[in-house]
Amino acid sequence: MDAKELLEVLSNSSGVSGHESRLNDTIISAFEKYADDISIDSLGNIIALKKGKSSNGSNIKIMLSGHMDEIGLMVKYIEDNGFIRFTNIGGIDPRTVLGQEVIVHGEKDLFGVIGSKPPHLQEKSEINKAIKMEDMIIDVGYSKDDLKGIVSIGDTITIKRNFKALEGNRLTGKALDDKAGIAAMYQCIMELSRINHDADIYFVSTVQEEEGMSGAFTGTYKINPDIGIAIDVGFGSTPELPKADTIEMGKGPGITIGGNIHPGLREKMVEVAKEYNIPFQFEVTPGPTGTDARAMQITREGIPALCLSIPLRYMHTSVEVVDMMDIKNTGKLLAFFIASISNENLEGLLCY
Amino acid sequence: MLLKKLTEASGVSGNEKEIRDIIIDEIKDYVDDLEVDRLGNIIIHKKGNKNPKKLMITSHMDEVGLMITDIDDIGLLKFTTVGGIDKRILVSKPVLIGKNKVPGVIGAKPIHLQKREEWQSALNIDQLYIDIGANTKEEAENIISIGDYVAFDSQYIEFGKRLVKAKALDNRVGCSLLIELIKEIEDIDFYGVFTVMEEIGLVGAGPAAYKVEPDISIVLEGTLCYDVPKLDDHLVPTYLNKGPAISLIDRTTLYDIDFRKKIAKIAEKNDIPYQYRKTAMGGNDSGKIHTTKEGSITTTISVPCRNIHSQTSVMSKYDYENALKLLKAILSEYKKGEL
Repeated sequence: MDAKELLEVLSNSSGVSGHESRLNDTIISAFEKYADDISIDSLGNIIALKKGKSSNGSNIKIMLSGHMDEIGLMVKYIEDNGFIRFTNIGGIDPRTVLGQEVIVHGEKDLFGVIGSKPPHLQEKSEINKAIKMEDMIIDVGYSKDDLKGIVSIGDTITIKRNFKALEGNRLTGKALDDKAGIAAMYQCIMELSRINHDADIYFVSTVQEEEGMSGAFTGTYKINPDIGIAIDVGFGSTPELPKADTIEMGKGPGITIGGNIHPGLREKMVEVAKEYNIPFQFEVTPGPTGTDARAMQITREGIPALCLSIPLRYMHTSVEVVDMMDIKNTGKLLAFFIASISNENLEGLLCY
Repeated sequence: MLLKKLTEASGVSGNEKEIRDIIIDEIKDYVDDLEVDRLGNIIIHKKGNKNPKKLMITSHMDEVGLMITDIDDIGLLKFTTVGGIDKRILVSKPVLIGKNKVPGVIGAKPIHLQKREEWQSALNIDQLYIDIGANTKEEAENIISIGDYVAFDSQYIEFGKRLVKAKALDNRVGCSLLIELIKEIEDIDFYGVFTVMEEIGLVGAGPAAYKVEPDISIVLEGTLCYDVPKLDDHLVPTYLNKGPAISLIDRTTLYDIDFRKKIAKIAEKNDIPYQYRKTAMGGNDSGKIHTTKEGSITTTISVPCRNIHSQTSVMSKYDYENALKLLKAILSEYKKGEL
């Protein structure tokens, strides 16, 4: 399986925050071919360990994280005629769910659609207002009685969307935030099977990033790495967004600069990218990044953190767009960076 | 399956070639005459026992969609709507562009970068664009032209209790009914017309009626259904699973009262469930047909469709089957000379 195939399977599957375990088999079967050990911790993080050269228990540890959870919806109420009321898990623009096909993950998966009012019946003033999520309903085609024992309040719901290739290397689908990060970690572990590295590398598919980075906090505590690197997505540039808030599609990962990021390690990352001619961009975030890197930085006594952002358009919609070259370049940059860190040079890099 | 084939084909108003070819292929062995007129309507004649009143059954074959109006510097496509579409259903959806069905998506600004008041108001068409993954204007221009038609990307899916989700149920459901009638009915003389461009102003129906000169017309439609919880009964235009809807009045026709009662009586006599379409909103080809030349009598019989004019329209196979039963019962009355 290559990184694009893994991304396709993950994007088409469902793993709403707190309900990620459906993805376990896919992720484990991808990473186990290259890893020395794979485990699942108590919150559900999947930790794949690839040991460094002459591993003797005193190797430095580098932790990579890509979050496996995705935003989604949740059943809130079932109307007498079987229509389902719902709310959101994670940040969702309510305008992007109207008219969508969904899968309700009850005792079994049920297909449904989020209804809309026919334009013929709307008042002129209605058309310019967004419809609130609480005014939307899901139609699964069953009565309330039929749904007994199948759908319950609290069940998760995902938008049904087929992953698809666009022009060039662009790909579209749902939940590419942050399945693209997992695909980049997978690219990295494949690269590392051909490159020598001193450090023990922990590839962590984290849970519940969208709900406060819970998986990253506990995973980092357990592993206690010397360096933590979050691989997440960044806002891909589009005409309506200020250029300064975005990174460009197809021009390599964004290397984050700011308080969340260790300056010495970041300079090393840039140096490696230049040395190996890997395209990169800068992404400026002065405060906490809102990624797993934030959780890593403030775990235990504090852990030096880095963050790479894969450019992604239309974040938190079901038609997110990424460029496969950016994912591959992220994986490569990570691998070369890892290979450049030794037991000997780490202390110097971390020095302020 | 016929309805799957019909709904997954594209035929945005003014660009009906793909759906027209599929329909012709389906019916050509079952008709006595078939012609495609100057506007693109398919007009067929099935010969049978002569009846003093000429009967025409019509269904429009076009669907609502989009059209490309501009390609910007970074290869994103601007568009306009073709037919009545609620702009709010376009965001975060996949589409297929042009003859080669180039895939694209209509994206939206990330929620993270929005102010609260932004996501409380609807996005206008001029704020939206289609992303096909191109990097530059030139790259996009190699595969897309201004004027290309855009169809929703939506598969036919059966779900729930005998429900169907598809795009373009308005009006491939009518096409499917008419195709089944053409295939199954023998010995009854009638004209069948698949019209073009209904959604952009009932364009094809007038010229077709002018040519056929019917005395009686039956217009087949997928019509609006809005039967959500807590809506007063009198505000519900049609319900799902209550049988075909017979029109009373809409923006284009005040249906002949005696003829409408006759149709309802036929349904009752044959134990076929039916409902009235309880709204005056919307309109259809009947508007042109009943006023062409010296005028004629029309009825509209519809299959109710939730979320009409969207990617995810929903209908019930129960309503479809009963619509077909009703049509056959009407035709047998016509054969007896009692319509």
